[in-house]
Amino acid sequence: MQASRASDRLLQIYLGVFLVYLFLPLVIMAAATFNTSRFPTVTPWLGTTTRWFEALYNDAGMWVALENSFIIGFFVILVSVPLGVAAAVVLNGVHARARSLLYAVMVSPLLTPGVIIGISTLVFWDRLGVKGGLHLAVIGQSSFITAYVMLMVLARLQRFDTSLEEAALDLGASHGQVFRRILAPHLKPAILSGAVLAFFQSFENYNTTLFTRGTDTTLTIYIASKVRTGLTPAVNALGLILILVTVVGAVAYEVMRRRESARERAALRNAERADMEALQIA
Amino acid sequence: MSELFRRYGTGMTLTMLAGVAVWVLAMVVLPYFVMVEYSFHPNLTVVEMGGPKDHYTLENYAALFRGVDLLHWDFPDDFRVFLRTMWGASLVTFICLLVCYPVAFYLAKVATPERTAFLLLILVIPFWINEILRTFSWYILLAYSGPLNIVLKALGIIDAPVRWLSGSAGVLIGMTYAFLLFMMFPLYNALETLDRNQIEAARDLGAPTWRIHWRVVIPHAKPGIAVGCIMVFVLAASSYVVPALLGSPGTRWFTETIYSWFFEAQNWPLGSAYAFILLGLCVAFILLMMRLFRVGLTDIAK
Repeated sequence: MQASRASDRLLQIYLGVFLVYLFLPLVIMAAATFNTSRFPTVTPWLGTTTRWFEALYNDAGMWVALENSFIIGFFVILVSVPLGVAAAVVLNGVHARARSLLYAVMVSPLLTPGVIIGISTLVFWDRLGVKGGLHLAVIGQSSFITAYVMLMVLARLQRFDTSLEEAALDLGASHGQVFRRILAPHLKPAILSGAVLAFFQSFENYNTTLFTRGTDTTLTIYIASKVRTGLTPAVNALGLILILVTVVGAVAYEVMRRRESARERAALRNAERADMEALQIA
Repeated sequence: MSELFRRYGTGMTLTMLAGVAVWVLAMVVLPYFVMVEYSFHPNLTVVEMGGPKDHYTLENYAALFRGVDLLHWDFPDDFRVFLRTMWGASLVTFICLLVCYPVAFYLAKVATPERTAFLLLILVIPFWINEILRTFSWYILLAYSGPLNIVLKALGIIDAPVRWLSGSAGVLIGMTYAFLLFMMFPLYNALETLDRNQIEAARDLGAPTWRIHWRVVIPHAKPGIAVGCIMVFVLAASSYVVPALLGSPGTRWFTETIYSWFFEAQNWPLGSAYAFILLGLCVAFILLMMRLFRVGLTDIAK
């Protein structure tokens, strides 16, 4: 027992060091935003300022890049969410052998390096006469983001009671009604979180966008090019803002997911209780 | 398939099938095929395409290996970059595994459930933060007159500041940091399913700690190790931003070579061939891991 406690202690110390390692770089990057030094650093500290936020605000290039990222993100949701839902439903409805092959093809973009997705999209559309630009970035990103949405919807579909659809059809519901009134409401949480994830993945994408963007600039491309040419703490200011937005977004997303699963468990408990009561009455 | 038609009717099923076809064919399968086909063509102008000079060739693939001289251990530039990428990505993968294993073990088997839940939430945060920002933070940290050199000098570990960003060190450090958590979560997921009693039993039977890990914990973590290694290797081998930000001309990565063939030399067929070679490297690594650790594709996609 003695040995085990000593090793647990060691593990705890290691964990502490690990957490410092994980967060200190981000803290230093954020802190450098407030240094008056023209080169972003914390050593030496030349004085505290907020003027880099102002510099960022006045940078027209940043606003263009931000707008482009939003446009791409919006269209990626528009493309990948319907395709992801359709893919999950189709995958769930085909025979086992076809399913495993189709599944392998569908998840393959998740294992494919982003640069290669970008290159293959670029070459393919170039041969059809389509040049790079925001539209091509949307297509390239959607090719793998659809797979994420598909997986999320598929996970939700597997907890779907198909006899509900049977019952509706038997009671004379139309196919459209079955889809709209039974399947869609069941899938709604997965569709919503899929859309959030799709936007996020698109917004932070670099590798695929790099090859498909043509001459357009997204926010990630903007940051990377600023670091190499014309780096000032304005980039840190942008980083700090993005980190804050991300953290708030991530926490909200986690809370949403947990609340959703809690609600589901509660619903399940109620259903079980109702079943028990029904049995007792019978 | 008939099941789908029965449930959702002809119109809706056909719409869904069309959507799937668009995604799978036009966005996934055909672009790969076209890229690969393109890579077997010589680099021609638009006018020359389809003309007498347009024939299939292995030239673009041979280009990577031309001038390799094993006898004198002499390699041409592109091949050297390829070797560096392969070796660097492997090294980053291994370092990530070493760094993450104790933390994953602590989270899965030592900490109380409440503590683990809290720590996982904390660990997810950098996971959500953009790879470029995580890389950029090391750009500041590793700068010549940056905080790391000053701290190390103050502690007396180094005498003079180190130029981290002009050797491979910066790239390796940055990649380890950027992709670490892709190792952490698969490892944690695998270790979580290990029964604590197995560890206790081994301990009661007198096994020393290292042996418990070697014979009980690590074998159980195999699927997680495989998935984590695949994730980190593929990300590292195909990373563009980390070498671009933290590297120098002397630490070029294969993705940078591909990019310059595309957009600086305007040789798309050669760029495509190199991209296919990079894909081949990743697939080879994935297959190796799947064979080595006996895991399937469904385990990975999780």
